[in-house]
Amino acid sequence: MTTIAKKKHRTPLSFNDKIFLFIVYAALILITFLCFYPLYYTVIASFSNAHDVYTGKVTFLPSRFTVKAYTAVFTNDSIWRGYANTIFYTVFGTVFNLFLTIPAAYALSKQRLYGRGLLTTLFLITMYFGGGMIPTYLLYKSYHLINTRWVLVVSGGLSVYNMVVSRTYFQNNIPETLCEAARIDGANELYIFWRLVIPLSTPILAVITLYYAVGHWGSYFNAMIYQTNQTLQPLQLVLRRILILNENAMEEALAADNSALIADAVEKQHLAVTMKFSLVFIASLPMLIAYPFIQRYFVKGIMIGSLKG
Amino acid sequence: MNGSVNLNAGLSRHKKGYVLRRLKESWQWYLLLLPALIYLFMFDYAAMYGVQIAFRNYRASKGIWGSPWVGLQYFIRFINYPNFWTLIKNTLSITLYSLATFPIPIIFALFLNEVSQAKFKKTVQMVTYMPHFLSEVVVCALVILFLDRTTGPINNLIATLGGTRTNFMAQPSAFTTIYVMSGLWQNMGWSSVLYISALSSISQEEVEAAKIDGASRFQVLWHINLPGILPTVVITFLMQVGRIMNVGFSKIFLLQNDLNLEASRVISTYVYEIGLIGAQFSYSAAIGLLNNVVNILILLIVNQITKKLSETSLF
Repeated sequence: MTTIAKKKHRTPLSFNDKIFLFIVYAALILITFLCFYPLYYTVIASFSNAHDVYTGKVTFLPSRFTVKAYTAVFTNDSIWRGYANTIFYTVFGTVFNLFLTIPAAYALSKQRLYGRGLLTTLFLITMYFGGGMIPTYLLYKSYHLINTRWVLVVSGGLSVYNMVVSRTYFQNNIPETLCEAARIDGANELYIFWRLVIPLSTPILAVITLYYAVGHWGSYFNAMIYQTNQTLQPLQLVLRRILILNENAMEEALAADNSALIADAVEKQHLAVTMKFSLVFIASLPMLIAYPFIQRYFVKGIMIGSLKG
Repeated sequence: MNGSVNLNAGLSRHKKGYVLRRLKESWQWYLLLLPALIYLFMFDYAAMYGVQIAFRNYRASKGIWGSPWVGLQYFIRFINYPNFWTLIKNTLSITLYSLATFPIPIIFALFLNEVSQAKFKKTVQMVTYMPHFLSEVVVCALVILFLDRTTGPINNLIATLGGTRTNFMAQPSAFTTIYVMSGLWQNMGWSSVLYISALSSISQEEVEAAKIDGASRFQVLWHINLPGILPTVVITFLMQVGRIMNVGFSKIFLLQNDLNLEASRVISTYVYEIGLIGAQFSYSAAIGLLNNVVNILILLIVNQITKKLSETSLF
């Protein structure tokens, strides 16, 4: 590594290379800035004076620092309830996902599994063909799942893509000779799976857990269809109501707040904007904190997924 | 004659023994498969079974079986629907526009590969991957907040530069650009991961040799790096082509409003509109089915092309 770096230093750059590198760096810096600025602006706007944000005075630094938007957002119950619901769906949903995905993926990774090809095809078909929105909705209705607490745990229970990724991992990383040795020692297949394979598969377990958990965290579509009961709706759906459909939850929260802090209607209108930015920040914070730690697992997942098993 | 019958019987007896032995060997694996299989049949295959309502006049009171067959009535109705071609056009213009941005992550990966300072490279990756981890609702909320006519930073910039403020979200002509550009913002960095890893496996000796022979950095990029990742590029491209009639519902729905409906109404949002809001279950199931079948056909064709072009196929 160091020798290559030294070599690079030794080669003098030609004029053409200098221009080329200038373009490369300029483009990368521009792209990075464009990716970063909206997130940065969200944060500074949420901490700025509402009037200054409304009139476009905030560009690179927060203007007249305040946490007013946050105190106003925190009085809104539906956001906290949404948060709690999302945590519930994410935890139980992911556990259910893993329970379905991992054992099945392991079984399908076994060359000796009788009927392996047929069973695999049975799973793969669902990746390309499905009932579609309406037949699926009617099915859920016939199971009496609509508007129950469990519908968002159960729906999307099995991602065949994730199962294929795990199967590929098991095929390439669990040597069959190891299982054979355990078999000779008298272990049965369930014991081998639980006590031998699972402890050896923590990387793929982490990848799949995160894939599912991030999916649960960010999804709103299933909730929109299957969960019309507002007290059971996840955070993303609450966000959609407030941020996208522009429902007056913000103004309502402000109306409930009779303190002298928020004096007139104009200020309320202004504050609604910074409250939206603060809401975006609050809703994304857990992911932004977790992101540096989980990023490498996602990259790993892509790498395993791109191998064909 | 007799002998051969006996031989067949013997063979099948032998085969029976073989099947039994294999089943006995596999039964604990079946046990591990069981939860997923039950789920698959209860949810996926049961829903596929319900697809038949596309060919029936479904009434909730009569159930699937009690509703009368109507053949292809709903499919014909959809094809004759006055806005049929608008739906197709909207769907295609979104997917084709997205396809046009396909080279950007590749260029990004090729450029990033030129960077030798590890710290700079890491920072760029860290920042550009970040939007991928935001939820769709948050990204669309940011789009709406940033494009806001009176308070949005983009309109502020336009006003500062002397332009007139525009309500972009209310303009049908702006919809596709908004959809594709926000998608690019969210996923450009992340889409480059595959290419970056493909680039890292290119032989450095070849690159060094080319440099010694006097190749410029751009020549190395063009004649070594790009051909080196070409297989990955081709596969990814074809996968995207395979999804040409398959536009994600959830993000369109978030960016859609009454004013841009003309450009933002695609097949999948129409299925939702008439199915779940209009409660015309059979008609919307028929549209969904038609779209699904077309998607599969396109995918099969693309897969054949991929097979011809290379050894690898998509499935």
